[in-house]
Amino acid sequence: MSGFQTNNKVVSWLDQRLPIFSMMQHSAIDYPTPRNLNYWWNFGSLAGFVLVIMILTGVVLVMNYASHTSMAFDSVERIMRDVNYGWLIRYLHMNGASMFFILVYIHIFRNLYYGSYKSPREVLWWIGIVIYLAMMATGFLGYVLPWGQMSFWGATVITNLFSAFPIVGEPIVTWLWGGFSVDNPTLSRFFSLHYLLPFVIFGLVVLHVWALHTVKSNNPLGVEIKTPADAIPFHPYYTIKDLFGIGVFLMFYLAFVFWAPNFFGEPDNYIPANPMVTPPHIVPEWYYLPFYAILRAFTTDIWIISAKLQGVVAMFGAILILFALPWLDTSKVRSARFRPLYRQFFWLFLIDCLILGYVGGKPAEGILITVGQIATAYYFFHFLVLMPVLGRIEKPKPLPASISAPVLKEKAHA
Amino acid sequence: MRKLVLSAIVAAGLTAVGGTAQASGGGEPLMKPGFSWEGVFGRYDKGELKRGFEVFHQVCSNCHGLRLVAYRNLAAVGLDQEEIKTVAAERELPDAPNDEGMVSPRPGRPSDKYIDPFPNEKAAASANGGAAPPDLSLMAKARVGGPNYVYSLMLGFVENPPADHPIPEGKYFNTYFPGNAISMPPQLMEDLVTYADGTKATPEQMAKDITAFLNWAAEPELDERKSMGLKVMIFLLVFTAMLYALKRQIWKNIH
Ligand code: HEC
Ligand code: HEM
Repeated sequence: MSGFQTNNKVVSWLDQRLPIFSMMQHSAIDYPTPRNLNYWWNFGSLAGFVLVIMILTGVVLVMNYASHTSMAFDSVERIMRDVNYGWLIRYLHMNGASMFFILVYIHIFRNLYYGSYKSPREVLWWIGIVIYLAMMATGFLGYVLPWGQMSFWGATVITNLFSAFPIVGEPIVTWLWGGFSVDNPTLSRFFSLHYLLPFVIFGLVVLHVWALHTVKSNNPLGVEIKTPADAIPFHPYYTIKDLFGIGVFLMFYLAFVFWAPNFFGEPDNYIPANPMVTPPHIVPEWYYLPFYAILRAFTTDIWIISAKLQGVVAMFGAILILFALPWLDTSKVRSARFRPLYRQFFWLFLIDCLILGYVGGKPAEGILITVGQIATAYYFFHFLVLMPVLGRIEKPKPLPASISAPVLKEKAHA
Repeated sequence: MRKLVLSAIVAAGLTAVGGTAQASGGGEPLMKPGFSWEGVFGRYDKGELKRGFEVFHQVCSNCHGLRLVAYRNLAAVGLDQEEIKTVAAERELPDAPNDEGMVSPRPGRPSDKYIDPFPNEKAAASANGGAAPPDLSLMAKARVGGPNYVYSLMLGFVENPPADHPIPEGKYFNTYFPGNAISMPPQLMEDLVTYADGTKATPEQMAKDITAFLNWAAEPELDERKSMGLKVMIFLLVFTAMLYALKRQIWKNIH
């Protein structure tokens, strides 16, 4: 673990003026990483890998896409049929979006399980949430671009949410649309923003990794690196582990691209947008479904606060509440491994989110309305009541003295 | 590895949530005849595509458009250049203005997209009792159930609809159409077409062939996609196994 050294005169000349090689050495080679990270720690680098794929395929798609309501749908079909390997590029981009969310959801739940959001990683966690918000916006904007039925009606329903706010609501919606309905001005600006946001995400990821390298990675034991024996250099140990992860992930991802490319999609989006025909059942992309369920869980107006407004506030609140999690969680112990109570509630919370996702994808009728309401209540109960209380009443198991202590003990026993 | 399996399960759980979002629509469970292009090794059957084109050309194209498919693309279903020229020339398009600025019609060319049977949607609707026949280019991807829906719809007409379900004048009862009352008359009668390859034209045979053709129209890249997928997957299997071996080797002294 020494600093950057080279015999190459050109490299060393450049490095003295712009220490780009030193920086790489410092942050991708020497970077001290806990020796005990498990495979759940692969998902951050996987998400970064997909971000690059999304930007590359996106830039190529734009070369043949026309952001006008009269041409958008057909230009996408031209990509599918007449552009060389256009179908491959488009299916990579389409399924890449779903993969990105799968990876980031696993990444977030990994953090919840191992308490990675706790001090000193609060800012790292915040940047992650901002990335997540930016991803949601990007996914929504991108889904509008092919200008199919779900593009159009999804955009109409989601932008209309802002009309729930009293007085300012309607003007905001008109302003977002650039007119009095979702139309060509809406499509143009959504296209512009969909191109912009991934680069914003890229910048946020740089900040995210910067913060990570300042506070260092958490690990399955949740105790900090204390001695040199606790850490190993990032390269070659984690470079090869991340590469192996990429190999496994690519097989999962490409299986969809080659054999079930429309699995995550809606058939309705292969019908050109038609403002005169409303589809019977408008659903957003699968990754928004839990929040869609929270939105629809509110069904009665309270005084002047409409059910819709309650839903909108709850939906945004469901994400924003994550910012406060480092303080809502009162436990001194990070990893759920040593938190017998929290460990159970973690799984309950995961199941709750899956139920919300299920309810969000179904028409709001019958028993599902009640199920959605209970699941929504539990979502907030988890953060607002359980997290503060558990930390106080739970008796954590004893923590190991250091990361390397249990490893060394195992060796002694063997 | 156990962890990886676990992550796959979580991912599968999430995708199941995605899957449920697709289950909308109505009517009976669809018929699933099994198609040649399904599965990992599935491919289009050339004979089926050609027969399907014959059904489309002689029957469906009288009412339905196929605007995303160019005549030249029909080479992929087994038409030769002369046949393509003949089919293209059956309908006319407005030509570019001549030197005097006059616009006259010209016959279609192989480079043209399939020319619609009606000049516009209004004409299409008024000729069909108020419901315009939708373009079929993407039909096999644009309905829940995809090709199974198209197949079932073709065979789903019932001559004597249930008494408690009256069908308005000019509509027909179809078991699989949402709401059951469809403006398209039943199409596939025994021996409706005479296949060039001598296959007997039963309704089931024609339904299968037209579904194959429409699936090709919606996903012309399918054969290339699946064969590329196989090659890529074999490469990735070997490559990832090598990475895993390398990982084990590098980590030997750490655990
Ligand atoms: C006489 C004109 C006519 C012919 C010939 C015809 N159709 Fe149709 N078709 C229609 C009309 C009209 C509709 C619209 C039905 C409605 O919306 O009620 C339709 C709708 C459809 C639909 C869409 C159903 C839906 O879910 O919206 C499919 C698929 C279809 N036709 C396939 C075919 C096929 C395949 C053939 C050839 C075997 C064919 N049609 C021949 C008139 C026709
Ligand atoms: C574009 C999407 C994202 C990318 C590319 C990304 C990338 C990464 C990388 C490379 C790491 C280090 C490896 C790892 O711990 O897995 C990491 C760690 C982390 N990420 Fe992300 N991330 C993304 C989204 C998020 C989101 C949405 C959140 C939370 C809401 C988040 C929170 C964290 C936290 C808390 C850590 C430190 C975890 C630890 O060290 O235990 N990230 N991220």
